Amino acid sequence: MATLAMTTLDPQSRAARRGWSDLTIRNAFIIPTIVFLIVFNIFPLLYSLGYSFTDFRASTNAPANFVGLANYRALLNDPFIWSNFAITAKYVIVSVTGQVVVGFGVAMLLNRTIPFKGLITTLLLLPMMLSMAVVGLFWKLLYDPSFGIINYALGLGRFEWLSDPDMALYAVAITDIWMWSPFVMLLSLAGLSAVPKHLYEAAAIDRAGTFYTFFRITLPLVAPILMIAIIFRTMEAFKTFDLAFILTSQPNAELISIRLYKMAFQEWQTGMSSALAYIMLIMVVGITNIYVKYLNKVKER
Amino acid sequence: MAAVKTSSEVALNRMAVVAVLVITIIFLAPIYWITATAFKPRNLATTIPPTVVFEPEISPFVKLFLRRSQLREQPTAEEYAEAPWWERLVFDGGEKIVRDGQGNVQLSGYPSRFMNSLIVAISSTVLAVGMGTLTAYGFSRFKVAGEQDWLFFILSTRMLPPVVVAIPMFLMYRWFGLNDTHLGLIILYTAFNLSFSVWLMKGFIDEIPKEYEEAALVDGYTRMEAFFKIVLPEAATGIAATAVFCFLIAWNEYAFALIMTRRDAQTAPPFIPSQVGSGLPDWTVIAAGTFLFLIPVAIFTFLLRNHLLRGMSFGAIRK
Repeated sequence: MATLAMTTLDPQSRAARRGWSDLTIRNAFIIPTIVFLIVFNIFPLLYSLGYSFTDFRASTNAPANFVGLANYRALLNDPFIWSNFAITAKYVIVSVTGQVVVGFGVAMLLNRTIPFKGLITTLLLLPMMLSMAVVGLFWKLLYDPSFGIINYALGLGRFEWLSDPDMALYAVAITDIWMWSPFVMLLSLAGLSAVPKHLYEAAAIDRAGTFYTFFRITLPLVAPILMIAIIFRTMEAFKTFDLAFILTSQPNAELISIRLYKMAFQEWQTGMSSALAYIMLIMVVGITNIYVKYLNKVKER
Repeated sequence: MAAVKTSSEVALNRMAVVAVLVITIIFLAPIYWITATAFKPRNLATTIPPTVVFEPEISPFVKLFLRRSQLREQPTAEEYAEAPWWERLVFDGGEKIVRDGQGNVQLSGYPSRFMNSLIVAISSTVLAVGMGTLTAYGFSRFKVAGEQDWLFFILSTRMLPPVVVAIPMFLMYRWFGLNDTHLGLIILYTAFNLSFSVWLMKGFIDEIPKEYEEAALVDGYTRMEAFFKIVLPEAATGIAATAVFCFLIAWNEYAFALIMTRRDAQTAPPFIPSQVGSGLPDWTVIAAGTFLFLIPVAIFTFLLRNHLLRGMSFGAIRK
């Protein structure tokens, strides 16, 4: 009784100093973030959607004229833009395939009893923590035809990695594979460690071969998480800008985002480049959707 | 499987160990090579066959920080003797240090770009993690109508290719006079990292039992006190991990920095490559700049190694 009386009379009691209500706190915590993201993500998108229907050039003060779908029509009829998309597709396929093969392969090796496994895994993660621009820069040194360490190590003489039109894109892809295989490895390791050990034991009792075990047990169980790695890497590879931009200026290695950058910030075709940005955006959303559908299918199995 | 070890299995395992070692060496070789180049005298940086054994020098770092020009005439013996050690290093490299009218040493662009990188990365990290933590708490503890949709909206802001957003952002920034300012980049990187920070922090806060706060409320704490005194300390490791991720992303960003900055607020990622230029670049100096830029990343990678998986696969693994 005494304590109860004390509490109700105490000015420091809970009722007297409840402070903000839960509702106020919730709104104060959430609304700024939502507003911030709308202002800096959604608003710019709508803004550039508007510009994509005009002939606006940010380099002049001339007012923007409405041109309807002319930008989109011009872009979709431009064979050069399509070649940029084709280059990008080639790049995505080469680099993502490379990353999956290398990353998953290393994960399979690391899934055995390897001494210093933790240290080795951490060291292998280092490339993906670096800046793509800076990585591009030091690979330029490694690829140098006259004094690069790569040509020396492989005995290639004066092989032109970055200025050979047919090789440049693969050179960029090799660097990308070096940088991002560790990401695939990291996710694969997580997937592999989640495969129940008793399945392997059962397979061993049944005298199942290595191939059978791999294709019937390991791969299906790792597939969902591997698929996630592929989705992430495909989206990122499609967006690649820094690495290719710094490594080479070969037209055969001009990815769509480099084309977009040049169109917007070197040729100052703001309206036209906004339209290209939208075409790219629709493609990213489309690709992501296809993948997510496939992912759900893999998960159901 | 491990019960019976046949000799072929032992051999297989030994091969795997060797393969892992070889792969690790191949993966680390480029980073080692840039580090080695940063400590070489200029004439050994571009030799064939490559110089592997050399006496490490710090002259690339001295040159990195000071503005230099080509030596037109050799310094006299007296000048050379009077010059401090770092100036002699530059003389030896065939260059001299640029001084202003009062004889003050002029710094190169690198220190200020490095500072810009620090200012922008740290500020945007503090903002993104601060706002992200509050928002994550809001979503974790209170009822929000359409919570899943809001969370998906927050995540979706990260799916856009940066170059796509860059065009309207550039126009908006020009309108507000935010181009080439620290504030402009800080806002951009905060927007960039916020979604990531909300999702990561929500995972961490969800794992703190609600009972902790309820007990605190019963003890007479207000909600805010409970949040600051109970939840935040419990979430400290999560906050640290999220902060490091946000820092790395802001620290490494290139495309926006290239488009939105010219001189005053330019960060190191667009600056270092611009120093290659045409002609004969001094690769030792560029390597030194790169090496310094990589140090924070390397340190954080080691501090963060146990949180990496979670951060990298955020949202995807959780479901």
